[in-house]
Amino acid sequence: MITNEQKQELVNFSADIRSECIKMISKIGVGHVGGCLSIADVLACLYGGVMKIDPKNPQWEDRDRFVLSKGHAGPAMYAALGLKGYFPMEMLDTLNQPPTNLPSHTDMNRTPGVDMTTGSLGQGISSAVGIALGCRLKGQKNYTYVIVGDGESQEGQVWEAAMFAGAKKLSNLIAFVDYNGKQIDGTVEQVGGAPNFELKFQACNWNVIDVPDGNDVVQIWDAIELAKAERTKPTAIILHTVKGKGWTYAEELDNNHNFKVNAQQAAEACAEFALQKQASAGNGEKE
Amino acid sequence: MTGILAKNRAEIKDPEMRAVYASTLERMIQDGKKIVALDADLMRAIGTYGLLNKYPDHFFDCGIAEANMVGVAAGLSTEGFVPFVHTFGCFSARRALDQIFMSCAYAKQNVKILGSDPGVVAALNGGTHTPNEDIAALRAIPEMTIVDICDTVMASKLLPQIADTYGTFFIRYPRTSIPRVYDESMEFELGKSVQLREGKDLTIIASGIEVSEALDAAEMLSQEGIEARVIDMFTIKPLDTAAVEAAARETGAIVTAENHNMHGGLGSAVAEYLVEHCLVPMERVANMDRFGDVGSLRYLMDEYELSAKFIAAKAKQVLSRKA
Repeated sequence: MITNEQKQELVNFSADIRSECIKMISKIGVGHVGGCLSIADVLACLYGGVMKIDPKNPQWEDRDRFVLSKGHAGPAMYAALGLKGYFPMEMLDTLNQPPTNLPSHTDMNRTPGVDMTTGSLGQGISSAVGIALGCRLKGQKNYTYVIVGDGESQEGQVWEAAMFAGAKKLSNLIAFVDYNGKQIDGTVEQVGGAPNFELKFQACNWNVIDVPDGNDVVQIWDAIELAKAERTKPTAIILHTVKGKGWTYAEELDNNHNFKVNAQQAAEACAEFALQKQASAGNGEKE
Repeated sequence: MTGILAKNRAEIKDPEMRAVYASTLERMIQDGKKIVALDADLMRAIGTYGLLNKYPDHFFDCGIAEANMVGVAAGLSTEGFVPFVHTFGCFSARRALDQIFMSCAYAKQNVKILGSDPGVVAALNGGTHTPNEDIAALRAIPEMTIVDICDTVMASKLLPQIADTYGTFFIRYPRTSIPRVYDESMEFELGKSVQLREGKDLTIIASGIEVSEALDAAEMLSQEGIEARVIDMFTIKPLDTAAVEAAARETGAIVTAENHNMHGGLGSAVAEYLVEHCLVPMERVANMDRFGDVGSLRYLMDEYELSAKFIAAKAKQVLSRKA
């Protein structure tokens, strides 16, 4: 359980991730807004207290590892890394503008704090499994975290990875599914059929935790604590999220996967994120 | 560079190539290299099955899931391990191509991918399992190193060198017994071809199982008074362009011989270089853009015109074009 104070810090952090993410996307004018905003809260938990990390020493051997398998949400991760001090905040202004170290999809050879290159969907989770296996072989006590997209999970490789991790009982691996229900061509159900994540991961011998509100930092935090208590299996945390979460315009947009954002829209979005911080602080005082 | 050709090589009875793969992996593990060997349910096929229980921290059967296996290897590489990943060449280079591209090569990882039974070596597994396009596909990936192994000596000498050389490698590797080319004292250097025979009239540039055929072809030609230089271009990428250029300038005609489709393989690589730097008549021995078929190795080598007599014929053809 986290305190109200910790909760407020995480809510503020997730709002800041959203703001920085939309600001950087607006500078280049277009980006994967929907899937960045849906994972801002899990990123806030991971970088805001869950993960054992040292931003001044990104390659610290005993750190927890993180793989963003849905690599197109790079801007959200870059916002978290910048805010944590992995690199100067000015670097966020360079998103997708060469010679940048912040390419659209995460690249371990360019960005401090990125543990694995991703972008071609389905591959990141396999890499995360290899990382978790490697850490176990080295006797490390750390965790490997990976975020997989719901649309991404239409890739067969995701389930190859799930089967292997389950078979190898990689309890040092915690996967989040960003179940925002939408992908480029429609809803995940329409395009790829019902994903049945819980059944599938259970069938692969994973511990599965369902988080009804995957944009609630308290629910996410509690789920991660439960996952860490599981010592015999990898854990999948199914985050029921909202694509475009926190920015009303993005949430209501039919096709909100990748779209244009101008400076004025970014300012409006940031104002909305600021209000969410205040609202949360107000609630905290009342409790 | 002159290679040390095995004496009476036709009479040497070598162990199977897979036995050399397994014993070399074991030797590297005993030497303290951070080897992890991954397989996709073909450990019995490549001879490593017996090591699975002996070295449980080094051998992993990933099941029939090649894409995941290559991704897992990339993850292990980021943690400092040196993964050797085996499956048949058709499944590694074709099925897991995007994983080799992104998780391994693009991510600059240290993954060694063994594609066994290249080209006609797939033999009784037939056309579905015949990798004739692996070099073409992988040669277009920057920074890849592609190696075509021709005998047991090369296997046992090169695999440790590959383990010690950072980067993503693809290794074409027959599983069963193939003719010996080299004496045990031979040493190899990645990226440097080996000249196995001197000759003034033309040069045969071969790789993999075609090296032995090229040597036989050179013998046949010699009996007719034609002297062919023979080069083993075992590193197909990066190509030893100095050797290609010297061969062109010094012998004036080239025949390439490869167990791969005519498009995009060794012949293409040599031709690309010659056209830009030193144009001389050239002919290719290769799979002439046909699907593979089922049959014994010897049958297929004749069916696809890869055996020595076809190399000799192409040699005469190229000589007829030589000014």
